[in-house]
Amino acid sequence: MPDQQPTVARTLLKKGQPETDTWALSRDSEALPEQRPAIVPLALWLDAKEDSGLAPWLPSDTALDSELAKELASAPRIAIDFPAFTDGRGYTLARMLRERFGYQGEIRAIGDVLVDQLYYMSRCGFDALALRDDQLLEDAQRALGAFSVSYQPGVDTKEALFERRLREGNHS
Amino acid sequence: MYRYDNYDQTLVDERVTQFRDQMTRYLDGRLGEEEFRPLRLQNGLYIQKYAPMLRIAIPYGMLSSDQLRRLASIARRYDRGYGHFSTRQNLQLNWPAIETVPDILGELAEVQMHAIQTSGNCIRNTTSDQFAGIAADEVEDPRPWCELIRQWSTLHPEFAFLPRKFKIAVTGASSDRAAIQVHDIGLRLWRDDEGEVRVRVLAGGGLGRTPMIGDVVRDDLPWKHLLTYLEACVRVYNQFGRRDNKFKARIKILVKALGIEEFRRRVDAEWEHLKDGPQTLTPAAVEAAKTHFPEPERRPVSDEAIAAYEQQRQEDRALARFVTNNVTDHKVAGYKAVTLSLKRRELAPGDVTSDQMEAVADLAERFSFGEVRVTHEQNLVLSDVPVDQMVALWQALDELGMANPTVGTLNDIICCPGGDFCGLANAVSIPIAQALQERFEDLDFLYDLGPLDLNISGCMNACGHHHVGHIGILGVDKKGEEYYQVSLGGNSTDDASLGKILGPSFYREDVPDVIDKVLKVYVESRHADERFLDTYRRIGIKPFKERVYA
Repeated sequence: MPDQQPTVARTLLKKGQPETDTWALSRDSEALPEQRPAIVPLALWLDAKEDSGLAPWLPSDTALDSELAKELASAPRIAIDFPAFTDGRGYTLARMLRERFGYQGEIRAIGDVLVDQLYYMSRCGFDALALRDDQLLEDAQRALGAFSVSYQPGVDTKEALFERRLREGNHS
Repeated sequence: MYRYDNYDQTLVDERVTQFRDQMTRYLDGRLGEEEFRPLRLQNGLYIQKYAPMLRIAIPYGMLSSDQLRRLASIARRYDRGYGHFSTRQNLQLNWPAIETVPDILGELAEVQMHAIQTSGNCIRNTTSDQFAGIAADEVEDPRPWCELIRQWSTLHPEFAFLPRKFKIAVTGASSDRAAIQVHDIGLRLWRDDEGEVRVRVLAGGGLGRTPMIGDVVRDDLPWKHLLTYLEACVRVYNQFGRRDNKFKARIKILVKALGIEEFRRRVDAEWEHLKDGPQTLTPAAVEAAKTHFPEPERRPVSDEAIAAYEQQRQEDRALARFVTNNVTDHKVAGYKAVTLSLKRRELAPGDVTSDQMEAVADLAERFSFGEVRVTHEQNLVLSDVPVDQMVALWQALDELGMANPTVGTLNDIICCPGGDFCGLANAVSIPIAQALQERFEDLDFLYDLGPLDLNISGCMNACGHHHVGHIGILGVDKKGEEYYQVSLGGNSTDDASLGKILGPSFYREDVPDVIDKVLKVYVESRHADERFLDTYRRIGIKPFKERVYA
């Protein structure tokens, strides 16, 4: 979606609840938009990060090392782009931001964000989901709660199920 | 075998609900074809050439008799009364109606089964040694480790959209029966001088369009780090595997492009952060997994009974043939593992009717503690048969048509569903298998040939593992016509190797003659007791080529 005009997402799920989104999204890689606040390409943000009305979005092939993470620590929020819903690199990026680099601010999924990815995204540390325009809110909220149990630890739970079972004692 | 607790059951039940919702949204148009695709694939549902196909997971090939009965009833009710056991130890239904799949998954969940991640670009069903837990050459039972891997990989939030599919195989024996060298990740469990389990981790093996043997990433991983290390491997693959070309997207291409040293460096760098994290295994966690795989309560078999069995075997030539080919030694004296041959001319390799599934379930209860295993050679195994029951079992199997004494011979063909069913296939494969089984059915001839793996794939995706057959046959499409390419010298066990293409491909009707010529060269050239594979390795491909293309 090489939309050159900054757009405000119509639907944003923030920690599972619908929220009016005030942040514009710009995919223009050449120049900063006029609007504030705005989410802009990482490269532009790095040169303008003192502007508190700007936040970066990361392409899915971003090489997230500790140097970049240090820069990102001051970002008011970080968006991660899903150029196609089949591109799973953003899940790893979000987990690394949360679990390795301890980023506490909003991590937002943008781009090809579909209802049936949301559960995985929330487990990987995304707390804001900018759904693709055609996605239905009620489907999204239902999909977020699809599972009440998971085997692996994630950003949502620090305990693997095999440990939880031991802690709770045998049950069947 | 592994039994679900409330957590496992809740998860598969919620999975059924989730898929029912996804199916509803697909059928009413809220979910597009492309968007539904990965969702249905990760629930085992393919849209095939003539009909949908549903691939049901059989974790590391282990089935209980009640599960097998349920598969039989599902095949009867929702399909045409049969199923197909695949080379990945799964069961495939060839004719279910799409809209019934949520109901099928619901029925599976009732017997602790599912179709989660049997397809799609995610971590697939973990496969293992069909003789796990009973093999005399085993140093560690792989099943508890497979179960830990199954749980770790099931609905893993980070790895549902990998560049391509990802297959893990595990062995804990000194002979590899799980083909670990041709998997995305192969794991070999071994014991160090202190008796502690360690894991050799191979990466980058695989078949398909670009077959490769895996490289060792780490030789001596302490067991407690198994899951964190796997997570590091898959994370590196998720980040750096190619996504621009689906034919170059498997981990083997990444490992080859980076070189094993650089791949290892990246995995280790990633692992630094994951090591000792919350997925680190503890003795208690492994012990808990092991309690699901207890030794069955085998009654002792007396020395007299063992002697009587040996006596019968010597007196009855037909029994002797069956025992030599289809019966495998067991770690416990007086017990054997029996392979049920699913290679018979009336049915495609790996196919079983619902009636037969029910009969096998009965036999499993009568003779082998109610458990059945599926092999990657597309046969079934009863793993714990007391020898004083052998004759009774053999007779029952004969009535079922599953006593063909040809396991491990040329007749024991591995074969994908091919162009008769599969949407990917370039050519049919089952009729080739049947033509070969018909041509080479003389038992004495088969035994004289000795151990011989003949594997057939209907396209280069290689579901029939043709690259690692001693003789491999690949269906190819040339301008809409079906041709067959023959390769020699492949092998999937410890000294794994990839077959070499003999030369230009053949018409379908010529394949049996070509194989006949290949076999004649072997018979004429072999040293006493030399296997086909060893003769081939000694004399090379040239004499075969000269004969076939003369």
